[in-house]
Amino acid sequence: MKKPTQNSPFALSSLKEYASMLAIWIGLIILFSLLSDRFFSAATFSSLANQIPALTLVAAGMTLVIITAGIDLSVGSILGLAGSVFGISLLGWGLPLPLAVILALVAGSLAGWVNGWISVSWRVPSFIVTLGMLEIARGLSYLATDSQTMYLNGALGSLSRPIAGIGIPVTFIVAIIIVILLQFILSRTVFGRRLIAIGTNEQAVTLAGIRTQGPRVAVFAIAGFLAAIGGLFYTSRLGSADPNAGVGLELSAIAAVVIGGTSLMGGRGSVINTFFGVLIIATLESGLAQLGASEPVKRVITGAVIVGAASLDAWRNQLQGGALGFLKKLVQR
Amino acid sequence: MGSNGAGKSTLAKILCGLTPRNSGDIVFNNVPHSPVSKQDASSAGIVIVMQELNIIPTLSIAQNLYFHDLPTTRFGIIDRARLHSDAQEALARVKLGHLNPNLTAETLGVGQQQLLEIAAALTQDCKLLILDEPTAALTDPEIETLFEQIKQLTAQGVAILYVSHRMEEIRRISDRVTVMRDGRRISTYDTKDVDQKTLVREMAGKEIWSTSHTPSDLSEAPVTLEVRKLANPPLVQDLSLKLRKGEILGIAGLVGSGRTECLQTIFGATPADSGEILVNGSSVSIKHPSDAVRLGIGMIPEDRKSEGLLLSQSIRANATLASHDTFSSLGLIDQTKETLETQSACGGFSVKHDHSEQAVQELSGGNQQKIVLIRWILRDSEILLLDEPTRGVDVAAKESIYTSLRELAAKGKSILIVSSELLELMTLCDRILAFSGGQVVQEFTPDNWSQEAITEAAFKAYLEPTIDKAPNK
Repeated sequence: MKKPTQNSPFALSSLKEYASMLAIWIGLIILFSLLSDRFFSAATFSSLANQIPALTLVAAGMTLVIITAGIDLSVGSILGLAGSVFGISLLGWGLPLPLAVILALVAGSLAGWVNGWISVSWRVPSFIVTLGMLEIARGLSYLATDSQTMYLNGALGSLSRPIAGIGIPVTFIVAIIIVILLQFILSRTVFGRRLIAIGTNEQAVTLAGIRTQGPRVAVFAIAGFLAAIGGLFYTSRLGSADPNAGVGLELSAIAAVVIGGTSLMGGRGSVINTFFGVLIIATLESGLAQLGASEPVKRVITGAVIVGAASLDAWRNQLQGGALGFLKKLVQR
Repeated sequence: MGSNGAGKSTLAKILCGLTPRNSGDIVFNNVPHSPVSKQDASSAGIVIVMQELNIIPTLSIAQNLYFHDLPTTRFGIIDRARLHSDAQEALARVKLGHLNPNLTAETLGVGQQQLLEIAAALTQDCKLLILDEPTAALTDPEIETLFEQIKQLTAQGVAILYVSHRMEEIRRISDRVTVMRDGRRISTYDTKDVDQKTLVREMAGKEIWSTSHTPSDLSEAPVTLEVRKLANPPLVQDLSLKLRKGEILGIAGLVGSGRTECLQTIFGATPADSGEILVNGSSVSIKHPSDAVRLGIGMIPEDRKSEGLLLSQSIRANATLASHDTFSSLGLIDQTKETLETQSACGGFSVKHDHSEQAVQELSGGNQQKIVLIRWILRDSEILLLDEPTRGVDVAAKESIYTSLRELAAKGKSILIVSSELLELMTLCDRILAFSGGQVVQEFTPDNWSQEAITEAAFKAYLEPTIDKAPNK
């Protein structure tokens, strides 16, 4: 029998898909470099690398949730909660650093797990459950910190400092590793395969003899866990535990996921393309800032890019369907 | 008539303004007809009942019936009283008069929803009624009702364009028959002058013959699946049956007789309230489909698109969905193994496809159904529960599915198959059980089965309660 070359069109097409996102990002860089002579510099990229790790992790978790046809509106609040738990453990309770880190991660994962568990067992749409958690987790972080920003005196600060010689911080490297790991899990493992299948048609998955509750709860726990790491990164960058950290971040994360071409209907998506979505949003903001655009202008343009990217994606899919339909007709003839 | 993909539905859609035409003219009642929308066509007097259900599940039956033209009061508010009485009348016409028009349409079964659509079409004043595969989801008595309606309409001078690939229906109700193939008209005959063989030959473009089947007497073979007094009210009551190794056992019954629910209960999709299921002689507990799959049971659900397939996913992902454990180690999927086995299974079942990464939504209905079947072959399930496996599948693909099922049975798989087409069961099965009221009312073997006898059995039990009630009145 011939070697299965049929794997290659699949691999090739996904490479092509990353390539188009990469091309958009490079295009943005070229555009801003032409418009501003200060843009193309090590400092710009170093500051990008320092800014995006938290959003990258939150958006990566969001990608998994959206692939199962769910949504998680609470990730911004969970990020804030994790930072607050970390701050209060370290400063308020005087716990050692590793324990404070673990507590923050547990708090985030637990909040995510609760999201998933309630949504799955009580059959409440994840939109509503996580909308509730958005308030609950935010409220808890105010309670934990007494609504005060806590200064950490350099704890975890080294994570966000650029490594000498490369100019990028540890947080960025960790974020990249996690993105690659999640993409691998999504495309190569049984768990990932099931997430995509559940997002496509949960009924069919159940009738194929697969219990869907476990994976559906797990993605929310993972999203919570990743948001908690994001919270620690955020804390490390600011040097303080801010109960207001991550307000509105869920929307940036959803935007990154959508720009990356993940379907809000579930069943299709890529963590790597979400990462490119994050890069595009961050580059756009930093480029516009360097051009001297005001905050309101930045927001208008960013919003337009989100809608444009999503429309482009829909249009591309339609085109593909049309082309395939045409080929099919040719073959049948 | 014509097999799948012949262009029948497209023609119907063009006539109703649902699809634009590229060239050519339509003349309707000596007037050029070029509808741009469904409303346009219906105001010209052409009304369609489409193959796919078009009802709005969350609206009431009455609102669905008159959705095109809801009666309103002077202030633009829906006139509920008039709607209600009109709806009752429309429902009575298709013998659904016992239904409350205020129920939401989603509470109806598929067959009743289909009748509801036909009733909705009949509420419009039409000169040409197009029925596209109207009986696909209907049971025999429902079909009778439909045919009565058709006769009445034709008597009133309404022309009917009836699209179907069911030979016996065409022979019964049509005056003339046109065969389409590959988007062209092949021929038109007066129905009474043409024999079945000619029509089938022209539809297929090549000779199709039913592979002859000799049912086997398997009464000595070991029982692989036994069900004792299974109950899952309201549709499954006190159900007992035995399925033997290598046997194809048919279940015949009307829609609502509990035949689908029987399969779903055995499979754990709707776990049983009481009763016992035995697999290979030992009592088992099936609370979820995963329990059934672990015990070697596989099911092909009635609606392959909504319950069986991941339409946007590849053939490979669909084929291996039930056997992730055999295609992975330590949670990592072995894609090479997946591809190889999917390809060889697709070859074995002669699935028409380009490559195993193709999305299943690009395949035809028959080939899609084969992918669901392959899913359980790759899983190596010993017991297969099939619910209407050839629904919406053309003649050639049906034959191919029949051949596959017989081969599977010959290899020792046990197959339990539900079908509305008695001929299908009689060409395929070694035994047939007539189902009614959630239980087996009669068992048929090749010596004593006939379409009439099985239909009678399925009906008799159905009518008994009303006969009992009659004297009480």
